[in-house]
Amino acid sequence: MTDSRGPSLTPRQDSSLRGRGRPRGVPSELVDSNDLAYTGRAIGAGRQAALVRRWGWWYQAEWRLASMKAYWTTVVGYAGLTPLLYVVAMGVGLGTLVDGASGGIGGVPYLTFVAPGLLVSTVVMSAGNEFMWPVMDGFKWGKLYFARGTSPATPGQVAAGELVAVGIRMAAEATLFWLVLVLLGATDPAWSWLMIPIATLGGMALGAPIMAFSATREDEGFEFSMIQRFVLMPMFLFAGTFYPLETMPAYLQWIGWISPMWHGTQLSRAVSFGLPLGGAEVALHVGFLVALLAVGATLAVRSFRRRLTR
Amino acid sequence: MPVIEARELTKTYGELRAVDAISFEVSPGESFGLLGPNGAGKSTTMRMIGGTSLRSSGRLLVNGLDPEVNGPEVRASLGVVPQQDNLDNELRTRDNLIMYGRYFGLPYRYLRPRADELLEFAQLTEKAGEKVDNLSGGMKRRLTIARALVNEPRILLLDEPTTGLDPQARHILWDRLFRLKEQGVTLIVTTHFMDEAEQLCDRLVVMDHGRIVAEGSPADLIRRFSTREVLEVRFGSDRNAALVDRLRAFADRIEPLPDRVLLYTDDGERALEAVRHAGLTPLTSLVRRSSLEDVFLRLTGRSLID
Repeated sequence: MTDSRGPSLTPRQDSSLRGRGRPRGVPSELVDSNDLAYTGRAIGAGRQAALVRRWGWWYQAEWRLASMKAYWTTVVGYAGLTPLLYVVAMGVGLGTLVDGASGGIGGVPYLTFVAPGLLVSTVVMSAGNEFMWPVMDGFKWGKLYFARGTSPATPGQVAAGELVAVGIRMAAEATLFWLVLVLLGATDPAWSWLMIPIATLGGMALGAPIMAFSATREDEGFEFSMIQRFVLMPMFLFAGTFYPLETMPAYLQWIGWISPMWHGTQLSRAVSFGLPLGGAEVALHVGFLVALLAVGATLAVRSFRRRLTR
Repeated sequence: MPVIEARELTKTYGELRAVDAISFEVSPGESFGLLGPNGAGKSTTMRMIGGTSLRSSGRLLVNGLDPEVNGPEVRASLGVVPQQDNLDNELRTRDNLIMYGRYFGLPYRYLRPRADELLEFAQLTEKAGEKVDNLSGGMKRRLTIARALVNEPRILLLDEPTTGLDPQARHILWDRLFRLKEQGVTLIVTTHFMDEAEQLCDRLVVMDHGRIVAEGSPADLIRRFSTREVLEVRFGSDRNAALVDRLRAFADRIEPLPDRVLLYTDDGERALEAVRHAGLTPLTSLVRRSSLEDVFLRLTGRSLID
């Protein structure tokens, strides 16, 4: 039993605690605790709700972007340094070898061939990571999604805001990567800026289903490491990033077909150096990515709703 | 019109009836408590009020609106202090208030001065630029309460507001809550501390296993379910049980606990004298006023805190 025998100290009698905490320099007339609860300055609950019904997804995105500021050096470093490293390794090192032996791939130097794939896969990989541990953190460690849940925002808006924020980050990362490629002469800027939306779409197409999955996890098991090793890595290595998918044996080509990286890379090659793609092929690649994003986003909204209204 | 109206409110998880057909009303400006041990269904009830837990059956209206239909409207009128702090550890103290306020569609020009006011109220002005990680437990709790006030809600839901805090931090927090009450904020508090319930609540329901077992003001509940005073006697753990039958004659009701025996009577001193007179000399004895803890013991046969 709780001991209740001590002298009862009601809050009102506890005069030593009253009035403390007003810092030096803040005039007391500015802080009137009598109207602290409602100053009347805030917009009313009805108006708050109306705004959130419309913009709740953006408020969530705003927060996620603000919290990315904490690791923006990583974001910039990753997006800026990765292309430099790859371009030196692939272009100067491997590229010299390939170009010397065969005169490039499909009529273009190896660096030109590999650059769009590197851009797309870098963006897709980081999208995948943004939707694993950060989502677990939102539900389990920091529980910030539950804090969002108590605001007027709906669970669906929380999920949508996360997708939008990561989409913005992906677009920024792709832009930076593209600029480096342009500076190094690895791509023709005329149309290749379209790689930015393509890579972003590719990242979201993979990220949304991963997000839906992460939102169902109660604990961080081995799943995330497994996804990294057995989903992201094979996609990177076997999905035609470094060589045309057709050079793979037929029984391995399916990895490319189901990989958002391959679909994004093919589109990027078309806009970067003019890889010939028919209208049907373009439609197939775009359609696959959009469909994956749509299914992933729908499932993610559903997992968020379940988790936040249990 | 009541600000909260629950009728046969029920939440089941599979076989478990976490909240079992409870009904209650809360009037504007009232300070209403849900008292009960862990697992009594208090937090689930709170979450259903905010629409963050979907009810299995029953009716629930907050300001006349169903939280499952008008979730955004209901939550815009609530301030929620969850059982576990979920502050943003990446952000600084003041930014936590501002970013949370953004979730209510509030503009920065409103939020910046509001954040300063709330920091002042929470006695955290000097910690405005501090990372949340560096705040003490009591400070985090006060920041969570300040955060809940950012949208100027008329109803504040406080789930176990002082659990895990030291006595001084609790008193500071109660003082802050009392001020809000004075300003007409409706407080809904869950607690398993009877002293907290006595301090803060005008009226409360005692919950156990998802059901409401009693309802009333703290004084009213004590009057109805306990005697004015309680005599606590200890004879040593092996003798307590043996003497229960003999002690029964000296009290209206008797409650043997493992470490002591509680004798419920209107005059504790007189009962103690009578016990001594009968030749039973306790090792220690204490006369005190009845509390909600005694009410709970009477209603459920168990202590609030196991």
